[in-house]
Amino acid sequence: MMQITTASPNSLIKISPILLLFGGGSGLVIGNVHDAGIVGMAISAASQLSLAFVYFHLLKNERLAGWINRLGFGVFGLILAGIPGGILGFIWGHLSVWIMYWTRNRRYRERLLPYLTTGQVLWHYAFRCLCALIFIFLIAPILVVMPLSFNAEDFFTFTDKMLRFDPDGYSLKHYMDFLGLREDSNGEWLRSLWNSLIIAPIATLISVSLGTLAAIGLSQSNMPAKRTITAILISPMIVPLIISATGMFFFYSALGNWMEQSIGMNKDLVGYIKVILAHAVLGIPFVIITVTATLVGFDRSLTRAAANMGANPITTFFRIQMPLILPGVISGGLFAFITSFDEVVVVLFIGSASQKTLPWQMFLGLREQISPTILAVATILVALSIALLTTLELLRRRSERLRGMSPA
Amino acid sequence: MRTPVFFDDRYPMIATAKHNGILAADGTPLKRSLARALRREKLRALILVMPLLIFVLLTFITPIANMLLRSIDNTIVGDTILYTVSDLNDWNGSDPPLPPENVFRSLYFDLFIAVETKRHTRLGSRLNYEQTGISSLFRRSGRKLDDIGKEIEKTLIASDARWTDGQTWFDLFAARNEGDADPELFDRQFLRIQRLQGELGNIDIDFMPSKSIAKALPLATREYTAWAIHTASIEGEDIAQTRPWESIPVALIYDMQQPDFAIEIKNWLSQSSPHPIEKLSTESIDYPLDFTDILRKIHKDWGDIEVWQTIKVHSNDYTSGYFLNAVDMRKSLDGPTIQPENKRILITLFIRTVQMSLIITLACILLGYPVAWLMANLPMRTANLLIILVLLPFWTSLLVRTSAWKVMLQQQGVINETLVWLGVVATDNRLEIINNQIGTIVAMTHILLPFMILPMYSVMQTISPSYVRAAKSLGANDWTAFLRVYFPQSIPGIGAGSILVFILSIGYYITPEIVGGTDGVFISNRIAYHISRSLNWGLAAALGTILLMVVLVLYWTYDRIVGIDNVKLG
Repeated sequence: MMQITTASPNSLIKISPILLLFGGGSGLVIGNVHDAGIVGMAISAASQLSLAFVYFHLLKNERLAGWINRLGFGVFGLILAGIPGGILGFIWGHLSVWIMYWTRNRRYRERLLPYLTTGQVLWHYAFRCLCALIFIFLIAPILVVMPLSFNAEDFFTFTDKMLRFDPDGYSLKHYMDFLGLREDSNGEWLRSLWNSLIIAPIATLISVSLGTLAAIGLSQSNMPAKRTITAILISPMIVPLIISATGMFFFYSALGNWMEQSIGMNKDLVGYIKVILAHAVLGIPFVIITVTATLVGFDRSLTRAAANMGANPITTFFRIQMPLILPGVISGGLFAFITSFDEVVVVLFIGSASQKTLPWQMFLGLREQISPTILAVATILVALSIALLTTLELLRRRSERLRGMSPA
Repeated sequence: MRTPVFFDDRYPMIATAKHNGILAADGTPLKRSLARALRREKLRALILVMPLLIFVLLTFITPIANMLLRSIDNTIVGDTILYTVSDLNDWNGSDPPLPPENVFRSLYFDLFIAVETKRHTRLGSRLNYEQTGISSLFRRSGRKLDDIGKEIEKTLIASDARWTDGQTWFDLFAARNEGDADPELFDRQFLRIQRLQGELGNIDIDFMPSKSIAKALPLATREYTAWAIHTASIEGEDIAQTRPWESIPVALIYDMQQPDFAIEIKNWLSQSSPHPIEKLSTESIDYPLDFTDILRKIHKDWGDIEVWQTIKVHSNDYTSGYFLNAVDMRKSLDGPTIQPENKRILITLFIRTVQMSLIITLACILLGYPVAWLMANLPMRTANLLIILVLLPFWTSLLVRTSAWKVMLQQQGVINETLVWLGVVATDNRLEIINNQIGTIVAMTHILLPFMILPMYSVMQTISPSYVRAAKSLGANDWTAFLRVYFPQSIPGIGAGSILVFILSIGYYITPEIVGGTDGVFISNRIAYHISRSLNWGLAAALGTILLMVVLVLYWTYDRIVGIDNVKLG
């Protein structure tokens, strides 16, 4: 039967396939770069195996072996390819010695159930690797954009200088272009940012104020025609954007003409009103959904208690209900804000050039003249979404805490 | 059970209940009082919802309804060539091989007004969607339409120089007194101009056609009235001081060649002051007016039966034509027929949209399932860290992610450069993974993957690990335990995620537009093309309507399976 506590280490022969695979694979990569794939693979696999033999049977000191390996490969890389090579060599040395002892001392079983078969252990780690690859697929594109945005060249790819960590390979010029600080920048980016910053908050304000009121109404137990009304209110989220945009294109141009000719409003103002109305209605479902979800956990006896103590409905709303559902309202607002801030299809259809928003400018930049400034904007937007994500998480925790406090 | 008597004094409510139900504190029956309270609460809930409901109905539902209407709306044909359309009803479309003379005559005058108001090009482009070449036919005809009128005008002026004067024309057609006025004719022409130009408003037009001249010169009076309304309301000029369009002399000569003219004009002249028409009517003007011939000389295509068939088929105010076009068919005299080979692209595009959406959904399932399983089976703290990795792309701007994929997939992009650096592909043999279907599928799988992982994760969280343990302890191996016990319980998550991803992907526009090239685009790109490039808005609306129906059916399914209330964010 299977041993439960394993004292004896694996023999070198037994673990050699893994070491050969690891050494050979990485050797193949490095060898390929120097047009000698097979040679690299052979040298690397052999060195991995022989080093393991030296460490296990001659040195017999794991800590010392670790540092010899790390520093050895670090220096090797430094000689071969400068500072980045040194860093990569150090990391590779660390990995290689780690895998040697990890396989030899059966550390891979440490956190697993002791009765698993070898096949199950192998599957466990293969599965983890698969998941890691999927996570890399999810995150890598977003991470790749960030260093590229500091590219000193107008390329969409890593230059040699960047890979050598040469400071000359990096610059802030795309950020300068975004901010309109370069001589050849035309200020379009900044103007579109302002447009986004005008349109999104106003649209958010409309959707949050109307949406919160409606969510409170919808969460009353005796709301008539609840299903139908909910369906209508969240329909802007259900209908694909291209269809909403098509419908709005016809209707809003008629509306705009009417406002310009019959009321005599300024053309630009009408343009902003159209886009703001459209974005507000697109953000509403998010407010409805988040606020209704918060209200599910809201304890109605609190409002009754307030009424009992003589507060009128408005005081009750602002002093009792609002502070408690505020996290939901804010996160709904954030959703509505990001919907408007990120929206391009509708604004493309119903807006005119003077309402060009940031996503619109990015869309133009991607489709027509490919400008690396997009990458700078993308990096800024990723930072923004990280900030939003953090805020939402904090709000969620606060909401949970508040709910825990109420005697529901 | 008997109630002791003293209860009656202490609890009057219960006491009176024997007679007319329980009473509330204020003395009204409790039932009614409760009903009123319920009504008041319902009203309060409605008042809270009402502002938003009205807002959404106005700014969202109306535009969608408007789009649905536009997909069947075909009033432009009837608005522009009103009389032609009604005359065409008597022609069966094939026999005789060309429409009768009266259709050509109506078209001449309809087209004349349309040209003067610059509406003929709009109609031309509308009909051009159905048959290529009609647009240029209308445009070219528009330029030559007044040639014949100019010739006739010269003849008139040669007869009497007063025909150059607007007043002469006004005196001929204007009613002399109340009894002579023909308000019916005026109203009909007012509507005609209004259909052509849009709402005219309350404009004071100082003209009313005469009933008696309308008997002698029916066509000329009709056209003069239309001209007068147009000139007074749109151009804002004094009718009596302006010479009418060249089409009016044409109509005049036509009327004079009719058999009734001689008697009717004598009647009219007997009651009027002297007018140049008298001299004109005695000169026998033998001007040949064959409108079929005139139009065919202007452009030979007016002798083409297909042009006339197209006009006839598309003359109704409401049409199924756009919907038929949307599914690669077209409306013809023999009912719906299939489009010629070279015009059949939309069905292919619909099929491709569905196919690629299915591939994307499948890719999302394959990539999302392991990740969701891993997160559901890890300790809470680690799972929370991993979920951030899922939520970060979810929260990142769509355009950022699309541009990231453009950076990754380009010929000189990160993936190709890395592969070349590693020596996997030769530098002149780089992978073509953008501007085709692969680009769209990769980028959209990445963009929609969080929408698959999140519902799967929330379902898998609720699956108790003890079921799998129980299966194993009963002798199932890992695979059987997963396939027979765990997987069936996770199917609701797969279903929810799949429908969500599929619905989102069939309506996608931005990502295919940027990374899809020509063969990786979806039906939504075609809609955008018809909105902004070809300007065939009716077809765009029809395509949008079909897509909307598909999505609504899918949502209905989603609602039945998952329940729309279970939509959670983040």
